Amino acid sequence: MAEMTYLEAIRQALWEEMDQDDRVFLLGEDIGTYGGAFKITQGFLDKFGEDRVIDTPLAESGFVGAAIGAALVGMRPVVEMQFADFISCAFDQIVNMAAKHHYRLGEPVPMVIRAPYGGRLHAGPFHSQCPEAWFIHSPGLKVVAPATPYDAKGLLKASIRDLNPVIYCEHKYLYRHAKGEVPIDDYVLPLGEADIKREGTDIALITYGAMVQQALEAADEMSQQGIEVEVVDLRTLCPLDTDAILASVKKTGKVLIVHEAPQVCGIGAEIAGVIAQEAFHYLDAPVTRLAAPHTPVPFSPPLEDFYLPNATKIAAKLKDLASY
Amino acid sequence: MELRIEDLLKLYYYLRLTRGLEDRVIKMYRQGRIVGGCYVGTGEEAISVGSACALAPDDVVAPSHRGLGVHLVKGVEPKEYMAQYLGRRAGPTRGKDGNIHFGDIRRHIIGFISPMADGIPVAAGVALAFKIRREPRIAVAYFGDGASSRGDFHEGLNLAAVLKLPIVFICDNNQYAYSVPLSRQMAVSHVADRAKAYGFPTVIIDGNDVLAVYDAIKGAATRARGGGGPTFVECKTMRMRGHAEHDDASYVPRELLEEWRRQDPIQRFEGYLREREVPEERLQAVETRVLQEVEEAVEFAEKSPLPDPSEALEGVFAT
Repeated sequence: MAEMTYLEAIRQALWEEMDQDDRVFLLGEDIGTYGGAFKITQGFLDKFGEDRVIDTPLAESGFVGAAIGAALVGMRPVVEMQFADFISCAFDQIVNMAAKHHYRLGEPVPMVIRAPYGGRLHAGPFHSQCPEAWFIHSPGLKVVAPATPYDAKGLLKASIRDLNPVIYCEHKYLYRHAKGEVPIDDYVLPLGEADIKREGTDIALITYGAMVQQALEAADEMSQQGIEVEVVDLRTLCPLDTDAILASVKKTGKVLIVHEAPQVCGIGAEIAGVIAQEAFHYLDAPVTRLAAPHTPVPFSPPLEDFYLPNATKIAAKLKDLASY
Repeated sequence: MELRIEDLLKLYYYLRLTRGLEDRVIKMYRQGRIVGGCYVGTGEEAISVGSACALAPDDVVAPSHRGLGVHLVKGVEPKEYMAQYLGRRAGPTRGKDGNIHFGDIRRHIIGFISPMADGIPVAAGVALAFKIRREPRIAVAYFGDGASSRGDFHEGLNLAAVLKLPIVFICDNNQYAYSVPLSRQMAVSHVADRAKAYGFPTVIIDGNDVLAVYDAIKGAATRARGGGGPTFVECKTMRMRGHAEHDDASYVPRELLEEWRRQDPIQRFEGYLREREVPEERLQAVETRVLQEVEEAVEFAEKSPLPDPSEALEGVFAT
C-alpha cells in the first residue's frame, strides 16, 4: 500500500494496464508530449511510444470513432476527453455507434472514455459539467464514477478490461484533493457494485464522486448529534447497484440522495423511483434529493458555491430528515 | 490492367446478385412482405462490387446503405440478407436492426448505422489498429455525397491524414442526399474538392464503370498497404430510385434519370464482356444462378422464425 492522490491512482491504473496488455493504447488531445491537460499521462509517451500514446487532432467525434473501430478489431483503446464537457462533441459516436453495437451485432466494443468532470474549481459552464446522466440514459454504456484513489485505480483497471464501452467519470476536484491508501500491485474492483463508505442506522445517504467526501463530512457532524448516517457510494452508475441502495434504505427508513449534476432527470430521480417502487413500505420520510439547480454551472466563486451541494447543505437536509 | 475471364465473371456475378436481391426486395416492399423501409443501390452496384473485389480478403470495410455489393463480396449470404429484411432471427442482427444495417467483424465488415459518416472515423480506427500492429491490412470507408457535409467526414479524413493511416475513402456520389441535390450540399463541384484539403491524393472516376472502380481501388489499396497513407476516390454515379422505396423521387428531373439509365453499370459491363468474347452461356449461367439464389433466399427467410419477444432484452452488454 502507498498513500497517493486520486490522480496518481488513475495514472497508475493506466500505466499498469498498458504495461501488461499491448492492446491498450491511448488517444486524446495533448496527452503525448504535453502529458495531458491534468498531467495524467506525463511520461507515457517516453515509456510506451507514439504508437500507443496518440496525440490527436482537436476532433472528439473523430477520435472516439477511431477508438470504436480499433476496439472492434481487437484493441483496448482508452480515450481521454480533455474535459468531460467536450464529450458532447462525440455524443453521436458514443450513443449511436458504440452503445448500440453489441445489441445489434453481438460484437463487443471494449473501450474506455475517461471524462474529467465536475465543478468546484471555478472553471465555468464549459469546464465543470457532470455528463453522467446523458450516458446512463443510453443503453449499452457502463458509467463509472469513483470517489477515492483506491476505487479510482481498481475501477479504471476493471473498465479497461471490460468488454463494453465505459464512460469513466473522474472528478477533477478529487485529482489533487483526494488522498488515500492504494495497493501498489494489481487489483480490480467489480463494476456495478456500490460500497458502504460509512455504516449507519438512521439515514441512508446515497451519492458518488466528489459528493462522497462532502457526505462523509456531513455524516461526522450528524454523528456528534447522535444521528448515524450510512453513506452509500454508488461507484458505478450504470449498471446501478439497486440491491445496495434498497438494503440501506430498508435498514434506515430514511434516504437522502445527493449529486452534483442537475437534479432534473439526474440519476437521483431514477434512484428515488426505484426506492418508491421497491421499498415504499420501509420509508419513514419522503425520499429526499439534494442536487444542483437547473442552470448551467456558473463561473464566479459565490455563484458556483451557491450552485454546488456541499457538506453544510447536506447536513441541513439530514437534520430535516432526522426530525421528520 | 486486363482481368482474366474468371475475375470478370466474378464481378459480373456480384453485380447481378446485388441487383437481383435488391430488385426482389423492392418488389416485396410493394407487396407488403418486408418489414420497415427499403434502401437499395440500384445503378450504383459497380462501386460496391468493383471496389470490394479489389481488396484483400482480410481488409476491413465499412459499407454504406448503398453498398449491398460490398457485403456480398465479403461473404454475406443472400439468405442472411433476406432474413434481415424480414426481421428474422436468422438475420445478422437477429431482428435487432433492419434492412442494410448490419455487419460482421469476423467477415471484416463494420455494421452501418443511420447517422451518415459515422463509419468514417470508425474505419480510420480500424486502420489505426492495423498500423499499430504492423499488419499489412487496410480499411475502407464508404459514404455518399450527403455524408461529406458532416463533421465526422472531415474529422475522419483529417485523422487518417495526420496519422498516415492505411485507408481508402470511397465516395459514392449519387448526386442526391434524400431530396437535396449536390448543389445544396456543397458550393464546390466535387466531393473530392473537399477531400483535397486534407493533403492526400484524390481521384475522380466514373462510378458506373466497374473496371474503372476496380482499378482505382486496387491502386489506392496498394498505396495504403505500402505505407503511403490514405487515398480518396470519388465515384460519380446517380441514385436511380428514391432515397428509400417510400420516396418516388419526383424531385429528380426525369431527363437526368434517362441520361443515367443509358449508363447502367451492369449493361455497360455486359457490353464489355461481349467485347471480350466471354461465351454467352457463361453469362446465362450467372443469371440462372442468381435467380436461383434469390429464390432460395426468399424462401429461406419467409420460412425462418421471427425472434421471440423476450430476445428484445438480450445482448445490451457483452459479457
